[in-house]
Amino acid sequence: MSVRVVIQTQDFDVSHELALMRKSDLRVGAICSFVGTVRDTRMLSGQDTDQVMSMALEHYPGMTESSIEAMIDEAHQRFDFFQARVIHRVGALKPTDQIVLVAVTSAHRGESFKACEFLMDYLKTHAPFWKKEETPAGSKWVDARSSDDAAMLRWGIEARNADQ
Amino acid sequence: MNLKILYFASLRESIGLSQEEIQSSAQTVGEVRNELLAKGGRYLCLQRDQAVRMALNHVMVNEDAAIQAPAELAFFPPVTGG
Repeated sequence: MSVRVVIQTQDFDVSHELALMRKSDLRVGAICSFVGTVRDTRMLSGQDTDQVMSMALEHYPGMTESSIEAMIDEAHQRFDFFQARVIHRVGALKPTDQIVLVAVTSAHRGESFKACEFLMDYLKTHAPFWKKEETPAGSKWVDARSSDDAAMLRWGIEARNADQ
Repeated sequence: MNLKILYFASLRESIGLSQEEIQSSAQTVGEVRNELLAKGGRYLCLQRDQAVRMALNHVMVNEDAAIQAPAELAFFPPVTGG
């Protein structure tokens, strides 16, 4: 089986990645992919936003890979899909850059849509990555969002990542 | 026992270390946290009114988790990837 989880500093080519997944398995009739990218604004309290000039992404080598592998295993228990691939970048990133790719293949669209969203929700609340944003007011670590925990709860998994 | 302790993100910056080896007599993850808190100073970022997450040998745990050498214990803030 091909590598399921890759952590890298360099960019990735979505078309290339999806073509590999499609061409390696004749059963595939659907591919669902999600790409997360760097915004140029950061939400502050209320309606205010702050400009984001760049971002630094840190992770926990070893645990990052094993935790995402475990998420894919869990997804296989829940959804009928063939292959999942996760690429997550670390290091210095700037607005419009790609951060993460989650791609899932299945026979029909329903299972890959669900598995892709499940994996992304799981990654947001459980994979050991941390973002630090550079703004005109200085650099600041990004706060975890309770809305991401709520998204995880829809799958019946209680996440307390954003709790104090 | 000898333990490998890792710190990430804001906790790495506050403590000023990405990792260290400590001598510990702790039975649980929470007791290791107490030993670190007892050092005071920069380690006070690990206080329990702070949002601190822990992973033992690459798996997220709570403070009740039993710890045995050899072990790698990491402290970090809530995760923000994706």
